[in-house]
Amino acid sequence: MIEVKNLSKTFGNNPVIKNISHTFEQGKVNLIIGQSGSGKTVLSKLMVGLIKPDAGEVFFDGREFIGLHFDARKEIRQQIGMLFQGAALFDSLTVEENIMFPLEMFTHMSKSEKLDRVNFCLNRVNLQRANHLYPSELSGGMKKRVGIARAISMNPKYLFCDEPNSGLDPLTSILIDRLIKEITEEFNTTTIAITHDMNSVIEIGDNILFIYKGEKWWTGNKSEILKTSNQELNDFVYASKFMKKVRAAL
Amino acid sequence: MNWLYHLGRYYILIRRTFKKPEKGHVFWQQLVREMDSLGIGSLGIVSIISIFMGAVICIQSAFGFESPWIPLYAVGLSTRDIIILEFSPTVVCLILAGKVGSNIAGEIGTMRVTEQIDALEIMGINSSCYLILPKITAAVILFPFLIVISMFLGLLGGYVVGVAAKAVTSYEYIYGITWDFRPFNVFYAIFKTYIFAFIITSVSAYHGYFTQGGALEVGRSSTKAVVYSSILILLFNVIITQILLS
Repeated sequence: MIEVKNLSKTFGNNPVIKNISHTFEQGKVNLIIGQSGSGKTVLSKLMVGLIKPDAGEVFFDGREFIGLHFDARKEIRQQIGMLFQGAALFDSLTVEENIMFPLEMFTHMSKSEKLDRVNFCLNRVNLQRANHLYPSELSGGMKKRVGIARAISMNPKYLFCDEPNSGLDPLTSILIDRLIKEITEEFNTTTIAITHDMNSVIEIGDNILFIYKGEKWWTGNKSEILKTSNQELNDFVYASKFMKKVRAAL
Repeated sequence: MNWLYHLGRYYILIRRTFKKPEKGHVFWQQLVREMDSLGIGSLGIVSIISIFMGAVICIQSAFGFESPWIPLYAVGLSTRDIIILEFSPTVVCLILAGKVGSNIAGEIGTMRVTEQIDALEIMGINSSCYLILPKITAAVILFPFLIVISMFLGLLGGYVVGVAAKAVTSYEYIYGITWDFRPFNVFYAIFKTYIFAFIITSVSAYHGYFTQGGALEVGRSSTKAVVYSSILILLFNVIITQILLS
């Protein structure tokens, strides 16, 4: 479980995150949704300590994270897996080396144990026989899957996904969404995914946090979101003609 | 006060960089790779420039010393002193600032804008130590060797072309480069190179590490890395020369 309390961040004179408090549950896919520029990515970066907040606290299973020194944060960070928007795979390393990287840095596994773990992770994301390819040789969907494989290689307790299906075709998007859902249930992780893709919301949104202009605006789940009377959320959810038709059908 | 901000941020980055690496064997792997990339990879350009510049310095010296009052061995003498005192440690390091500096800033800058550095941080890895320390160490170890090779090739280039062009005889050139030889000058050159190697790698890494934006900013960071490294090399060249040779 991850808990944020009164989190705020201002860049220059622009308040991006305004006093957000929320609890992200374990074993569920927690979605953060909102328009571009609403502060979703900043919120996730505040939570993992990539950006320092102006005020507020973040608790990982009761352990306060923000105030910790770099070395003390390391222990919690090793329990975090993160899938970045562009996958952020290391260009100079092969798929196998990318997934092996955290194992190499933080475990005392033998070479064969590491290789077994890499193959397990690759199998888990349905990406066999890609071990020796470089990131430049992978498609967008494959990169995301390698990113997920790397994120789960250390058996993380917390999984962060920043726009996991941006730039992917609808079919691959759904495959990635389902993969995130399966991994969350299988490893009982606290998963936080940032998205503005309504398919993902309907597909995997166990808990949803809607951010509007840096504020916590609405919370609920995938069935509640379609019936909400919140004006700003409705404008966001039913922005497309397709979703308007869905609403009419409902 | 902008420079003060950059100086403070540079200091914090360097302090974070000089921490114990996470895993010793990973550091050694990185170090060997950087020594190959930054050091061995620069050998070609350093060799070519040194040979040709040595040749030109020798011919120009011979041209300038066309006087019955100046002995011909002065051509060898001046070629030696120019190469050892200034050309190899300073000019070659300025060239390395262009080649190695832009490479470092480009590589680290690209890693920054594609979130690879964020990925390292999320894993709990000290990204500056992991990325920058092997580069600084590799340059500080290998650049002095490059500079000694540059000195040798510069003098060789001067000899071959000077003798071939009949600007100086073989005996006079060799007599000139050995006459009143001061080993301290080589120490001075190598000492400068250590400082310049640190400046090139750390300043370039600083510009790459704090890149924000996209491809355009990565290009700008590379340019800034070369410009600021070169300016600092020239500035420290004056300071070190004043301290050691005055």
